[in-house]
Amino acid sequence: MTDDIEIKDKAAWDAAEKVADYEHGWSSDIETDFAPKGLNEDTVRFISAKKNEPEWMLEWRLKAFAMWKTMEAPDWAKLNVPPIDYQDAYYYAAPKAKPKLNSLDEVDPEILRVYEKLGIPIAEQKLLAGVEGGEDGGLPQRRVAVDAVFDSVSVATTFRAELERAGVIFRSISEAIKEYPDLVRKYLGKIVPMHDNYFATLNCAVFSDGTFVYIPEGVRCPMELSTYFRINAENTGQFERTLIVADKGSYVSYLEGCTAPMRDENQLHAAVVELVALDDAEIKYSTVQNWYPGDAEGKGGIYNFVTKRALCQGRNSKVSWTQVETGSAVTWKYPSCVLNGENSVGEFYSVAVTNNHQQADTGTKMIHNGKGSRSTIVSKGISAGHSNNTYRGLVRVAPNAEGVRNFTQCDSLLLGSLSGAHTVPYIEVRNPSAQIEHEATTSKISDDQMFYAMARGLNAEEAVALIVNGFAKEVLQQLPMEFAVEAQKLLGISLEGSVG
Amino acid sequence: MLQINNLHANVGDKPILKGLTLSLNAGEIHAIMGPNGAGKSTLGYVLSGRPGYEVTEGSVTFNGQDLLALEPHERAAAGLFLGFQYPVEIPGVSNVQFLREALNAQRKYRGEAPLTGGEFLKVAREQAGALGMDMEMLKRPVNVGFSGGEKKRNEMVQMGIIDPALAILDETDSGLDIDALRTVGDGINRIMRKPDKAVLLITHYQRLLDYVKPDFVHVLDGGRITRTGGADLALELERDGYKELAA
Repeated sequence: MTDDIEIKDKAAWDAAEKVADYEHGWSSDIETDFAPKGLNEDTVRFISAKKNEPEWMLEWRLKAFAMWKTMEAPDWAKLNVPPIDYQDAYYYAAPKAKPKLNSLDEVDPEILRVYEKLGIPIAEQKLLAGVEGGEDGGLPQRRVAVDAVFDSVSVATTFRAELERAGVIFRSISEAIKEYPDLVRKYLGKIVPMHDNYFATLNCAVFSDGTFVYIPEGVRCPMELSTYFRINAENTGQFERTLIVADKGSYVSYLEGCTAPMRDENQLHAAVVELVALDDAEIKYSTVQNWYPGDAEGKGGIYNFVTKRALCQGRNSKVSWTQVETGSAVTWKYPSCVLNGENSVGEFYSVAVTNNHQQADTGTKMIHNGKGSRSTIVSKGISAGHSNNTYRGLVRVAPNAEGVRNFTQCDSLLLGSLSGAHTVPYIEVRNPSAQIEHEATTSKISDDQMFYAMARGLNAEEAVALIVNGFAKEVLQQLPMEFAVEAQKLLGISLEGSVG
Repeated sequence: MLQINNLHANVGDKPILKGLTLSLNAGEIHAIMGPNGAGKSTLGYVLSGRPGYEVTEGSVTFNGQDLLALEPHERAAAGLFLGFQYPVEIPGVSNVQFLREALNAQRKYRGEAPLTGGEFLKVAREQAGALGMDMEMLKRPVNVGFSGGEKKRNEMVQMGIIDPALAILDETDSGLDIDALRTVGDGINRIMRKPDKAVLLITHYQRLLDYVKPDFVHVLDGGRITRTGGADLALELERDGYKELAA
């Protein structure tokens, strides 16, 4: 494949090799593992070629790239992001990018400490950290089915067989493009159009991989699907693309992300997630995002610009987003529901934590086009350190949408006196029958609460974690059980050092 | 058990305690009475380590340890319990979760094994039952929507579960009706009236002392102990008032 690639910039190519050599310690064939630094049409062709994509996919990518060049990054969010040099980045790196380690002793002790606090078993820690032989660690079976994929490849195969018996398609998006081109083409870019926004368009051009899920009519997916294991197996990369289609009367619960800290050399992440729910179908999408937030001064963290949207196409369809956002230096993310179906339901449950110099501008959009459609928004923002945390949400009711209901609750919790919480609700109602409720509160963890908890035996960090978990409870309850337990601990860890 | 020697403490820049000296032995119940602003609540906060209450002079030892060198949670783990005059609400956190985490944090600090959920619930059920508190209330968020009396009763349930060596009870009797007062008084006797425990009761009124008979009564005025006596002193104060006493 690489023979087809013309090296336009020799210097960049050499630099790429050099960086790859000593920073990551890779000694494998660089030319086959790495796209040259920078972003141009060749980069797009390289990625498509690496993946053996059909012609239509390459054309789609090129069209997106041409479009992206004419666009500008949005600046309406309450975020202070330095200009990003898109030419100073790599857009394709081969899987298995993690350096191989011989034992946990070689892992950054800071990361190990967090694993320990999260209660992640040793064998799983080895896998997460990429220690050789971690796969044979005799992992205890965990109750979330997909996580047990850590155990061995054979288990993964077992799951795949079980899913296939149910008719569920669960593939990387690259595989799906080749194996189910018609299904992918029918929905790809239909929920988040190619021209949607700067970062979504960029993703269309250079997405590296992601997940495709199809649940056939009337099927209740027999297990919770998770990308958790695939992060380790395949390095999903910085431009993830996810497409989930729930056919009539089907149900699926999908977990994205990982509570374990994810360090990544890629500073810019721009994922796109598209969900479609047909008549009577339900999708539950849960995310725990714990990308590297940068150091205490805010240096080096991930910029996370994500476009997530669900189309509730069918009657009585339902999509529920639950997110726990603790990582990234910058988060720009608005998981939304376009409620076209009559009596369709959209839900958004969010906890966003910012500490140190993190910035988050996150929320949702509920677009009510269908009669009798309903939505619920529960957003819990927690700001500590010097951080800024903004909820930005839109509730729109179309003229023909009779009998729409929305309930929105936005609560902000401040720690210390240097952090900021902002709530920016947009409500556009064009049908007088709509019932829209909006509640918002801003509070601080009081000295009284802290001292009360400490006088009962909790140290300062335990006290903060307890109070914050209480504050976020309504959202955490929405997470699948095992995820919820880890997420609770994660909230505490994210706020470490935020109290004196 | 507790030796307070020449304790001076400020709140902000304002001196509140001005040379307070007091000793409690195991098996004793002491009552501290005094007019508003005498420094009664400050004494409770200083002993339990509340930030903002600065000790400027003096010492406090608790079972031989320098109490003032410990963080609030370390004092709790060492066996000190403060019953709050105004118990605090913690939304979204159930009493069960709060107390189990608190108790296990204390046990961990002392090098003891944590209680399992089942073990903890057994203790919680016993204590709640003894204080006439519905288990359903223990599942509700800490003090949220509780009446004044329920909050005070909840403090006693917490004390029963934590089972401290020394309890400092700051106006635990305020806001209680007669029946609740009796329940709380019985609770204090049941939980704390033991040879290896001690209680410091901070109160305005003598009525709680009808149920919890103190071994010593101290008058705190102007940041110091101005008089010490037996249970009779409380009755005398009730009859004559603090002014009379000072005169």
